[in-house]
Amino acid sequence: MGEVAAPVIVFLLVISAWHLIVTAGRISPVVMPGPMLVLDAMIKIRSDLLAALFRTLLAALSGLSLSILGGTITAFVFSQAAFIRRALYPYAVLLQTVPIIAIAPIVIVVLGRGFAGIVLISCLISLFPIITSTTTGLLQIDSGHQDLFRLYRASRWQILMKLRVPTALPYLISGIRISSGTAIVGAIVGEFFVGSSTPGLGVLIQRKFAALNLPELYAVVAVSTVLGAAMFGVITLLGEAILKKWYGMSLSGRR
Amino acid sequence: MVAQVNPASAQLGDAKRSTDPAFVLRDVTVQFGQQPPVLKDLSFQVESGQFLALVGPSGCGKSTLLRLFADLLGPVAGTVSRRSDVGAGQIGFVFQQPNLLPWRTGLQNLQLPSELGRSAKEVRSEEELLDLMRQVGLKDSDKDKRPAEMSGGMQMRLSLARALVNEPRILLLDEPFAAVDDLLRMKLQEDVRRIHDERKLTTILVTHNLHEAAYLSDRVLVLSSAPALIRQDLQLERSSMTAEQRRTAEETMRSLQRLTGALFQP
Repeated sequence: MGEVAAPVIVFLLVISAWHLIVTAGRISPVVMPGPMLVLDAMIKIRSDLLAALFRTLLAALSGLSLSILGGTITAFVFSQAAFIRRALYPYAVLLQTVPIIAIAPIVIVVLGRGFAGIVLISCLISLFPIITSTTTGLLQIDSGHQDLFRLYRASRWQILMKLRVPTALPYLISGIRISSGTAIVGAIVGEFFVGSSTPGLGVLIQRKFAALNLPELYAVVAVSTVLGAAMFGVITLLGEAILKKWYGMSLSGRR
Repeated sequence: MVAQVNPASAQLGDAKRSTDPAFVLRDVTVQFGQQPPVLKDLSFQVESGQFLALVGPSGCGKSTLLRLFADLLGPVAGTVSRRSDVGAGQIGFVFQQPNLLPWRTGLQNLQLPSELGRSAKEVRSEEELLDLMRQVGLKDSDKDKRPAEMSGGMQMRLSLARALVNEPRILLLDEPFAAVDDLLRMKLQEDVRRIHDERKLTTILVTHNLHEAAYLSDRVLVLSSAPALIRQDLQLERSSMTAEQRRTAEETMRSLQRLTGALFQP
């Protein structure tokens, strides 16, 4: 109960404080709109917001799916030999350190201004956690289990399918969980730069900013934030459900 | 007091087979990297059908010996030969840890040995596996439990059952009772001795419990600290008593005295 109540109380306090500062300080809505104005704006452009939300969600889910596919394949390659890891790992780290904003122009040049570019940026930003987490999982075999499989003369393939993959699954899920929020961020940043004929949340942010329509800008930002959090939440619940079915227990109970 | 060493016969007639030793170690040396050797020029043999206990201080190389027998490890010098009619898959190993796969249920864990390896193995039916679970004191309802839902003792029993799935001729036990409470340990010890007798196994038990070694085994090798040398090779008298009866029997006490004497003599 406290787990739900405490954050809700904090939320209400922050909103109230925001309302009080704006009204008591007579801050102009051009500088900072109050929460009521933002709520009004949200209701006013709700159909635009909803359409943009689905557009962005689609881009983020596509990007995340690509990351999961590419990340697990990369992790599998990494897990095969130490020299492969040594040779390629620095480049995987570059994925994480390159400013995603800076490669957006390159993506535009290569893929053009369209949905594909947005998906690619979302994929690039969410790839790294999946690679590292899954690689860790694939290499994390218990030495006792290893002895057991060697005792029964298990083939490399049997060790992979019956030992490494099941051991890595919780790690993969935990990687996807971390990436789920950043995939949304990637999609929004991508839209911001790549743009699109069908506007997503990133495009809406850009337009509202250009028009200096602050209440509506705040409304889009609020929806973007909630979308990222919701994605994280849904993936967490989904992951827990899969682990419960797989291990008969929860992830939080094991770590 | 010292074990009779029969020279391994060159010809393996059918009549001779039953008396062939299960394992023969000749001048075996095991060394990891630049560290001092764990085993050095060690030679002895294990007779078929024998219940052998390996006793010695921790770190003396007892577990290394078991890994040699299981072919999980090769010697840097010397040879380890196994009875020619015992296949690689016919060795059961109960590790110090149960080593169960947490994502598999009890029954699925028992199915693992027949799923592994290149040669097609006889797949055990669920009824056969349930029967095996009953033999080690597990209930039918435990088959759907995951290891996380089992007590430490249940996990150990399941791992004992798993070691028996491939109908092994040789059973290796690496301090399997170290982590369970006294009451359960006594029950498990009886189960192991009964399984040894019923299945006519060759059993090698690593333990640091002298009492356990004294009443479970037919022969005890007392090893010195690394590199392991055989300090004493004791053949123990065995009557037809059960492990439970032997626990307090006079002969066990005599064996125990000899063992303690062997360990503490300078």
